[in-house]
Amino acid sequence: MSVPAIDIQAVEQVYPNGVRALQPVSLTVQQGEFITLLGPSGCGKSTLLKMIAGLLKPTAGHIHLSGHPLSFVFQDATLMPWADVRTNVRLPLDLAGVPRAQAQAQVDQALQLVGLSGFASQRPRELSGGMQMRVSIARGLVTQPRLLLMDEPFGALDEITRNRLDADLLALWRQQGLSVVFVTHSITEAVFLSTRVIVMGARPGRIVADVHIAQPWPRDDAYRTSPDFNAHVRQLQDALQQASEPMRDPVGART
Amino acid sequence: MKALMLRTIWPSLVALVLLGLWQAWAVMAEVPSYLVPSPWLIAQTLVKDWALLSGALLVTIKITVLAFGCAVLLGTLMAFAFVQSRWIEAAFFPYAVLLQVTPIVAIAPLIIIWVKDPTASLVVCATLVALFPIISNTTIGLRSVNPGLAAYFQLQGATRWQTLLRLRIPSALPYFFAGLRIAGGLALIGAVVAEFVAGTGGTGTGLAYQILQSGYQLDIPRLFAALVLISLTGVAVFAALAALSRWVLGGWHESEMSPP
Repeated sequence: MSVPAIDIQAVEQVYPNGVRALQPVSLTVQQGEFITLLGPSGCGKSTLLKMIAGLLKPTAGHIHLSGHPLSFVFQDATLMPWADVRTNVRLPLDLAGVPRAQAQAQVDQALQLVGLSGFASQRPRELSGGMQMRVSIARGLVTQPRLLLMDEPFGALDEITRNRLDADLLALWRQQGLSVVFVTHSITEAVFLSTRVIVMGARPGRIVADVHIAQPWPRDDAYRTSPDFNAHVRQLQDALQQASEPMRDPVGART
Repeated sequence: MKALMLRTIWPSLVALVLLGLWQAWAVMAEVPSYLVPSPWLIAQTLVKDWALLSGALLVTIKITVLAFGCAVLLGTLMAFAFVQSRWIEAAFFPYAVLLQVTPIVAIAPLIIIWVKDPTASLVVCATLVALFPIISNTTIGLRSVNPGLAAYFQLQGATRWQTLLRLRIPSALPYFFAGLRIAGGLALIGAVVAEFVAGTGGTGTGLAYQILQSGYQLDIPRLFAALVLISLTGVAVFAALAALSRWVLGGWHESEMSPP
C-alpha cells in the first residue's frame, strides 16, 4: 500500500479563549482521492483544512503530508487587483524564484487548463466572479502540486457557474492525478465531486460519518439527476441530521 | 468626452459669468481700484508687472516643489518605519501629530532664525506643513492589505521583503496618492505662509512678499494679480497630481475608474 497523501492523527484545535473548534480527529487521505469535508458552519471543516495547509497550528496531534507541493485555493479569489491575470498566476513561481522564461511556460499551461488562455492580459476586475475563481485555481495549479486544498472555492458563485466549475475541476483532477481536499456546505456539490465525503458536525467540531461515493466515471450532468446521486444526497442529509442536536428541531415542524 | 465637457465647460462657464458680473459691478458702481480692482485691471496689471511677478512666481514654485519633494521622501520613509513595528509607531506617531497641530506661523520665525539660508528655511517650513498627510496616509495604506492575499503570501513562504514589494507597496498606492494630493496643496500654503513670516524680515522675494509689498504701497491690483497666480499654481499642482494618480491607478483602482 502506498504512502497516504495526508495522515492526520488525533488532531484537535482549541482557541486561546477556550472554545474547542475541533475535537480530536483522525483521517487518512490516499493519493489521488477527492475528499470533501461537508458540514454546517462552525463544524471545524475550514479549521481542519487550515491545519493541513500549515496556516494554523494544531493544539494537539500530528499531521503528516507526503503530497508536496501543495496548493491552497481560498473562498475568495484573492487576486492582486493591480496585476494582470498572467502576473497573478505567476505569483507563486515568482515568490519561489523560478526563472521568468520557465515560469511563463508554466503559466501558459495553467491558464490553458482552466480555459483562460485568451485573458492573460486582463485585470481581475474585468473578469466575472467565476473567471476570477478560475484564475485563482490556475494560480493553484501552476506550481504543479500533488495536493490541492480548497476552502469553499465556489461558495460565492451562482449555481449555474458553480456547476460548470465543479465539472471542470473534476476533469482537471482526473487529468492531473492530484489529491484534493475540498471544503463545502453543499451536499450536492459534495456528492458530485467526491470519491469520499467526510461529514462533520458542529459544537464541538467532529467527524460524524465517512461516506465513499463509488460512482461511474466520468460524471456528467446526467449524474446529477440519477437515482444513485439522489440516494447519496439522502444518505448525507441523514448523517447531517443525526449530527445536529434533536433539540434544534422544533416539535411539529414535520407536519 | 461627456465627462470631460462636464469637468471643463461648466466650471469655465461659471467663471466667465462671475468675472462678467464683477467687471460690470466694478465699472457701473465706480468701485475705486484701491478697494476692489476690476478683473480687466487685474489682467492688465498681470501683463504690466509680469517681469516682477513671474520672478516671484518662480521663487514660490521652487519652494513649493522642493518642500513637496522633501515631504514625500521623509513622509514615506517615516511611514515605512512605522509599519515595521507597532513599537516605533507608538513611540513616534504622537510627535508626527504634534507637528501637524502646531501652527506653522508660530514656529516659522524660529526656523527662519535657526536656518541661515533663506530658501532652505522656507523649504523647511513648507515641508513641515505638507508632511503629515503623507505619513498618515502611507502608514494606513501599508497596513491596508487584503487579509486573504496576506494569508496567501504567508502560505507561499514569502519573505518580508517580497511581501513589502509585491503586496504592501501596491496596496498602499491609492492611499499614498490621496495623501499626495493633500500634501501638494499644503506645500504651497506652507510656502506662502513661510514667505509671509520671512517677508517682513526682508528675505523673501516670492509671491507672498509681493502681496505684502503691494499692500504697503496700496497697489491693490498687483496684490490681486499675485493672488491670482497663487491660486492658479494651487490648481495646477492639484491637477498634475490628480493626473499622475489617474495614470498609475487608472487600470485597477475603484477611485480612478471612469463610471460605466
